Amino acid sequence: MTVLLFTIIVLLGAFVAGLLGSLTGLGGGVIIIPLLTLGLGVDVHYAIGASIISVIATSSGSAAAYVKEGITNIRIGMFLEIATTISAIVGVVIATYIKADYIIVIFGLILLFSAFMMLRKKIDHSNNEQTSVLANYFKLNGSYPVDGQQKQYAVHHVVGGFAMMFVAGTLSGLLGIGSGALKVIGMDNIMKIPFKVSTTTSNFMMGVTAAASALVYLHKGQIDPTIAMPVTIGVITGATIGAKILIRTKTDKLKLVFAVVVVFLALQMIYKGLTGVA
Amino acid sequence: MSKQIKHYLGDRDVQLILGTLLRVGVLVSTAIVIIGGVVFLSTQTNQIVSFESFKPEQAKFSSVAEIFNGLKSVDGLAIIQFGVLLLIFTPIARVVFSIFSFLMEKDYMYVLIGIIVLCVIITSLYLDIAH
Repeated sequence: MTVLLFTIIVLLGAFVAGLLGSLTGLGGGVIIIPLLTLGLGVDVHYAIGASIISVIATSSGSAAAYVKEGITNIRIGMFLEIATTISAIVGVVIATYIKADYIIVIFGLILLFSAFMMLRKKIDHSNNEQTSVLANYFKLNGSYPVDGQQKQYAVHHVVGGFAMMFVAGTLSGLLGIGSGALKVIGMDNIMKIPFKVSTTTSNFMMGVTAAASALVYLHKGQIDPTIAMPVTIGVITGATIGAKILIRTKTDKLKLVFAVVVVFLALQMIYKGLTGVA
Repeated sequence: MSKQIKHYLGDRDVQLILGTLLRVGVLVSTAIVIIGGVVFLSTQTNQIVSFESFKPEQAKFSSVAEIFNGLKSVDGLAIIQFGVLLLIFTPIARVVFSIFSFLMEKDYMYVLIGIIVLCVIITSLYLDIAH
């Protein structure tokens, strides 16, 4: 394949990935990796390197839009980043020692899990019962604006949430993804942070976590500029347009269609990985 | 109550600056990647590419020093990689900025937490894992 053709195909694919990723909240990596590995026969190491760049691009791009609302809890983000950055590097180290086919299988399983999480009805568990000693000590409790008034919320199960972030960070480093689905479990279900705060805070953390593993991947030679170029341009353009459409569109049906596509891709990846292992 | 409101306004200013920082970071790095892409494609259009197997020994511009060296000779791929590097540094700049804002709030516990996170990232910059 010539450089020009390769660039055009990846550019279009990355655009769609960025668009759907921001519309469904699943992020770009979910499509970038299957597109490169299944569609274009790119080695998974390069696909992961390209995907981690797309994670940073979507995180920074959408965060710029989020911060206007002023609901990111920077303390929660910074506190949990201790877990996600250390574990992201652990993830990259693990990736160095296990066979690429296993990484592909794990990626497929995480895809299945993400599709399930995307369709699940979200329940807001947040309340203002400030019972956690650690949450008080680390000043994690906060407030966010609802109809012009400040609504207080309390953070729970700090240790459990921190542990979940360790898992999320490891998978983020291992697979080059944002691990959004796992972060949601940690923040919404375990720590009981309100949606509005958890979505933006998790997005804030994603970029920082991905930056830590991206630097290691760069040194390992997994970030190839020929792939990174169309991926970066495509994902950023797609995600920006997606964020604008998102404000005035209902995405329930799209999420259902996208979940089917993701499940299909997940099974393909698992099959590819397993046939490689065998 | 008044303390909380003041706290919130301070955070809001910080977040507005953060938002601008992120937007500028993304815009500038994308622009550089596009420029690098144009330079690269204008010279290499018909070259055949294959990424079917991972060859780390052939990796071009896989360190900050190599990228800066490549920039001197106006290499398209080096320009792309420089844009990518800027993109990676955008969230890191966000951490640095947060540390300063915690310092201004005299919240030394979070200054320390921010520095820990920054140290982990800096470690990753020097971490060289043999493949």
